[in-house]
Amino acid sequence: MNAAGFPLLSLLTFLPLAGAAVIMSVRGDDEVVARNARWTALWTSLIVFLLSLILWARFDTASAAFQFEEKLEWLPEFGVGYHMGVDGISVLFVLLSTALTPLCILASWESVTSRVREYMVAFLVLETMMVGMFCALDFIVFYVFFEAVLIPMFLIIGVWGGARRVYAAFKFFLYTLLGSVLMLLAILYLWYNAGTTDIPALFQYQVPRAAQTWIFFAFLASFAVKVPMWPVHTWLPDAHVEAPTAGSVILAGVLLKMGAYGFLRFTLPLLPEASATFAPLIFALSVIAVVYTSLVALAQEDMKKLIAYSSVAHMGIVTIGIFTFNQQGLSGALFTMLAHGVVSGALFLCVGVLYDRVHSREILRYGGIAKIMPAYALVFMLFTMASIGLPGLANFVGEFLVIVGAWRVNAWVAFGAALGMILGAAYMLYLYRRVSFGRITRDDLKALLDLSPREYAVFAPLIALTLWMGIYPQPFLSFFEASVAALVARHEAALNLSRLAGM
Amino acid sequence: MFVGAIFFPLLGACLSGFLGRWLGDRPAQWATVACMALAAACGILAFGQVAFDSQPTTVPLLTWMDVGGLEISWALRYDTLSVVMVAMVTFISTLIHLYSVGYMSHDATPARFFAYLSLFTFMMLMLVTADNLAQLFFGWEGVGLASYLLIGYWYDRESANRAAMKAFIVNRVGDVFFMLGLALTFHTFGSIEFDTIFSSVAAHADDRFGGLPSIELIGVLLFLGACGKSAQLGLHTWLPDAMEGPTPVSALIHAATMVTAGVFLMARMSPVMEYAPVALAIVTVVGASTALFAATIGCVQNDIKRIIAYSTCSQLGYMFFAAGVGAYQVSVFHLFTHAFFKALLFLGAGSVIHAMSDEQDIRRMGGIWTRIPVTYAVMWVGSLALAGIPFFAGYYSKDAVLEAAFAAHSVVGTYAWVCGMLAAFLTAFYSWRLLILAFHGKPRADRHTMEHVHESPVTMLVPLLVLATGAMLAGALFAPFFIGEHEQAFWHGSIFNGEHNHIMHAMHDVPAWVPLAPTVMGIGGIALAYLMYMAMPGLPARLAERFSARPQLVRRLPLIPQEGAEQQTEPNPGGLYGFLLKKWYFDELYDFLFVQPARLLAQRLWKTGDARIIDGMPNGAASLAVAGSRGAARIQTGRVANYAFAMIIGLVLFVTLFLIGR
Repeated sequence: MNAAGFPLLSLLTFLPLAGAAVIMSVRGDDEVVARNARWTALWTSLIVFLLSLILWARFDTASAAFQFEEKLEWLPEFGVGYHMGVDGISVLFVLLSTALTPLCILASWESVTSRVREYMVAFLVLETMMVGMFCALDFIVFYVFFEAVLIPMFLIIGVWGGARRVYAAFKFFLYTLLGSVLMLLAILYLWYNAGTTDIPALFQYQVPRAAQTWIFFAFLASFAVKVPMWPVHTWLPDAHVEAPTAGSVILAGVLLKMGAYGFLRFTLPLLPEASATFAPLIFALSVIAVVYTSLVALAQEDMKKLIAYSSVAHMGIVTIGIFTFNQQGLSGALFTMLAHGVVSGALFLCVGVLYDRVHSREILRYGGIAKIMPAYALVFMLFTMASIGLPGLANFVGEFLVIVGAWRVNAWVAFGAALGMILGAAYMLYLYRRVSFGRITRDDLKALLDLSPREYAVFAPLIALTLWMGIYPQPFLSFFEASVAALVARHEAALNLSRLAGM
Repeated sequence: MFVGAIFFPLLGACLSGFLGRWLGDRPAQWATVACMALAAACGILAFGQVAFDSQPTTVPLLTWMDVGGLEISWALRYDTLSVVMVAMVTFISTLIHLYSVGYMSHDATPARFFAYLSLFTFMMLMLVTADNLAQLFFGWEGVGLASYLLIGYWYDRESANRAAMKAFIVNRVGDVFFMLGLALTFHTFGSIEFDTIFSSVAAHADDRFGGLPSIELIGVLLFLGACGKSAQLGLHTWLPDAMEGPTPVSALIHAATMVTAGVFLMARMSPVMEYAPVALAIVTVVGASTALFAATIGCVQNDIKRIIAYSTCSQLGYMFFAAGVGAYQVSVFHLFTHAFFKALLFLGAGSVIHAMSDEQDIRRMGGIWTRIPVTYAVMWVGSLALAGIPFFAGYYSKDAVLEAAFAAHSVVGTYAWVCGMLAAFLTAFYSWRLLILAFHGKPRADRHTMEHVHESPVTMLVPLLVLATGAMLAGALFAPFFIGEHEQAFWHGSIFNGEHNHIMHAMHDVPAWVPLAPTVMGIGGIALAYLMYMAMPGLPARLAERFSARPQLVRRLPLIPQEGAEQQTEPNPGGLYGFLLKKWYFDELYDFLFVQPARLLAQRLWKTGDARIIDGMPNGAASLAVAGSRGAARIQTGRVANYAFAMIIGLVLFVTLFLIGR
C-alpha cells in the first residue's frame, strides 16, 4: 500500500481527533477534567509526533513523487476523491506541525486555566486540520482542511486571547476567509475544465494561457493573505498580540506557511506562465514587505507585535525565494519556512515566558532581565540571533540560499532581500537591548524566577533544532532536493513549451 | 593538531559558559586559559609544519549545504596565509586570556567574560581557516556576535549597550555587501569554494554582470564588506565606540584580530583581486584616506583607549592600501606585527586604567611613570614600534608598506604614499602626546586616585612583557619570510600576484631616501609632541583656541575634576579643532541621514501606513457595513402606515417607469 504498510497519513491526521473525543468524554470536577485534558492532549500529540517520525525515517528523499499515498473513492462521479500523500515539499511541514503541537500544549500547561478541556480539544482539532492540509492531494480535501484550520484558531484567539481578542479574531477570520472564497471559484473552474480535483491529475492538465491570469490572482488573493504579504498583512499583528502564547506559536510556526505552501503546491506547477509573468509583482510586494515591515517593527512597543512584524518580513524572503524558480531560491524559501517556524515559534515562547510572569508585553515594562534570568537571557539571545540570520543558526541557511537564488534572477531583488539583514538586526537587537539589558528599575522584576524545568523541556528541542538546522542542514535540504528539482524542471519545460507555441 | 587549534577555544567557551556556575569563577577562568594555551601550542606547531615545511592541507569536517550545484562544506583550510593568522590569533588570544585573569578579577561574572572571549577566538579561527566564502562569512558574523556581546559586556551601562548595537548594525551594513559579493561570486563562478574560484578566475576575467565586469564588482562588494569589519572610512564609526568594552576585548578584538579580518579577506581573495584593477584602486584610495583621516582625529582625542582605537583605524588603512597596490604580503606582514604592538598598547593602556582606578581621560593622568615603571616601559616599546622607529617591529612592516605604495608608480599609489607619510608623522605625534600626557608632568588626578596608583599583578605583566618582546623582535625575525628573500617559499602560493604585478620586487628597488623617510617623519612627530607637551605645555591649548570658533569652550589643563565629563559630553568648540574633536562629524551626519529618518519613517509607516491606510480599508468596510445595516434597521419601524406609504411610493415609481419606458 505504501512505505509504512498502513494508512500512516490518515492516522496522523485523525488521531488527534480521537484524542479530542477522549478529552470530551471525561467527566468529573473541573480540576480532574483539566488535568486529564492536559495529559491526554500531551500524550496524543506526542504519539502523533512519534508516528510522524516514520515519515522522517522511511521517506525516500531520492524520489520527487508523492509517497505514503492513500486513495479512496469519495464522489467518483464528480472526480473528487480522498487522496493523501506527501512529497519532499510537504513532508517536513507535517513534521513541523506534529512537533510544534506537543510543545504548544506543554507551553500552555500552566498559563491556561479557564476552559482547559475546550482549549486542548481546540489544539488537537487544529493539529488534525494542519496535518490534513499538508497531506491532502485532492483539491477539495485540501480546501476543506485549509478553511477548517481557521475555526479552531478563531476560537483560540477569540476565547483565550487578550483584551481585544474579539476584534482580532474576527479580523483574522474574515480577512483569510475572504481570500479563500476567490480560491474556491478557481478550484471550481479547474474542476469544471479538467473534470477532476485530484492534484497529481491536475498537474497533467494544462491551464489555458488566458485563464491562467485570473486563476493566478484568485490564488494570490487567498495565499497572499495567509502568507501574509504586504499590504494584506495587518491582520497578523493583531491576531498575534491577542492570541495566547501557544496560539501565536502555531500561527507563526505553521499557519503562516500555508500560503507559501499553496504557492508551491498550486500556483507554480499549475500556472507556470502566469507565475513567470507576475513574478516581478511578487518581487516588488516582497521587497516592500521586507523593508516596510522591518521599519514598522522598529517602532513597535509591544513585544509580540514586533515579532509578528518580523514574521511578515521573513515571509517576504520566502515569497522572493519561491518566485525565483531556481533550485537555490526554492530550497531557500522552503528552508526559511521551516526555520522561521522553529525560530519565531520559539521567540513567541520567549515572550510567553515573560508574559506568564509579569503579564505585560510592553517592551518598556522590562529591562535588565539578563541579570536575574541568565538562562532565559541566553535562550532569548540565541533565538534573537537566529532570527537575525546569524550563520550557524537556522534562518541563515534559508536567507542565504534565497539571496543567492534571487541574485541569479535580479540583483536588485537580492539587494532588497539583503536589506532585511540590516533592519532585522536593528529591530531585534533594539528589542533585546530594551528587554534584557540595562538596569533593573522595577522592583517586581527583581523577584522573577529563571526558567522552570517545564520551560527547559519546551525550549530544549527548539534549541537543538535551531543549531542542527544551522550547522548541518543537509538532512533537511535533502528532503526537498528532488522535489524542488522536479518542480524547477517542470516549470522550465512548461515555459519552453509555451515559448515554442508562441513562435 | 589542525582541528585542535580551532576547537579547543570552543571547548573552553562551553566549559566556562555553561558550566561556569558549577565550576566556580576561578576554575572556569583557568579552564579557558588552559584550552587557549593548548590551541596556541597546536597553532604554533601547525605554523611550523605548514609555513616552514610547506605542507598546506585541508581538513574536511562536514557537508554544510548542497543545493543544486551550490556545494558548501565545513572544512579547515591550512595554507601559509591562514596558518599565519591561526598562530597569531591563538598566541595573542592566550596572552589576553591570561591578562584578563588579572584585569577582570574584580568583575562579577568573569566566567561569562571568558566564555565570550573564547567564543570569539573560535569564530576568528573559523574565519581564517575557511575554505569557502560561506564559512568565512560564518566566522565573519560569529566574530561580530562575540564583539557585540563583549562591547556590551557591562550591559547595565546604557552607553555600552548603545555601542554594542551600533557595532553590530554598522557591521551588518558591510555584511550586506559581503553577502551580495558572495551571491555574485556564485553567479559568476558557479561555486564559492576558494580552490574552484581561484583556478577559474582567468577564464571568467571577461565576464560581465549588468554591463559591469563581474570580477571588478565582486572585488568592490567584498571590499565594502571588509570596510565594515575593518572600520574603513565611512563604516568606521563603530570602532571608537567599541571601546566601551573591557580593555582586553579592545586589545584582542578591536586591535589585533577581528578588525584585521577585512585585510585578511583581501589577501585571501588576492587571486580574484588581481584581476580587478579598479577595485584595487578603490581599496588603495579608501585605505590611504582612512590612514590619514583617523590619524588626524587621534591627535585631539582625550580618552586613552579612543586614541589607540583611532590609531588602529589608521593602521588598518595602511594595510588596505598595501593590499590595494598589490603587495598583499606586505599588508599581512603589517597585520602581523601590528597585532603585537597594538595589543601591547591596549593592554598597557588597560594597565594604566587599572592603576588609575578606571580613569580613562589622559587629561586627568600624568606624573605616574615612576609608580608603574613596567607599564611605562612597555608603553614606550609599543609606541616606538607603532611609530616605526628602526629595529622595532613596526619599522619593518610600515616601511615596507610605504615603499610598496611608492613603488606602485601610479596615481593612487602616490596618493597613498603621501597620505601614509603624513599619517606616519601624526602617528608618532599622537603616540607621544599620549605617553607624555599620561605618564609625565604634574599629577592631574585627585589625591585619592594617586594614592592608589599601583603596578599590575603578575598575570597582567607577563603578557605585557611577552608582547613587548614580540613588538621588538617580530619584525626583524619574520621580515625575511614575509616580505624578504624567502618570501616565495614561505607563502607557497597562498597569496597570488598577477603576472604584471612586480611590486614585491619593485619595492626593494626604490631610491635610498624612501626607506628613510618614514623614520624621519616619525622622529619629527615625536619631536613635535615633545615640544608641545613637554617643553611648552601651554601651547596646545592656545593652538586649540586659535583654531576654534568658540574658544571659550576649549578645556584647558589641568582639567577641573568634575563628575561625568566624558567624551560624549565634551562641548563642541567648533572650527577646525571642533571638527577634529567631534571626529569629522560623522556620527552627527549618520544620525541625520539614516537614524532619524529611519525612526521617523518607522513611526509614519506604522501609525499612518498600517493603522490608517491599510487597516482603514477593512475597518472602513466594516463600519460601512455596520452603518448600512443600522440604516436598514431603522426602516423596520413596525408601523403599518409607514409600510403602506412605502408601498404606494413604490407603486407610483413602477407605474411611472412603465409609462415612460413605453
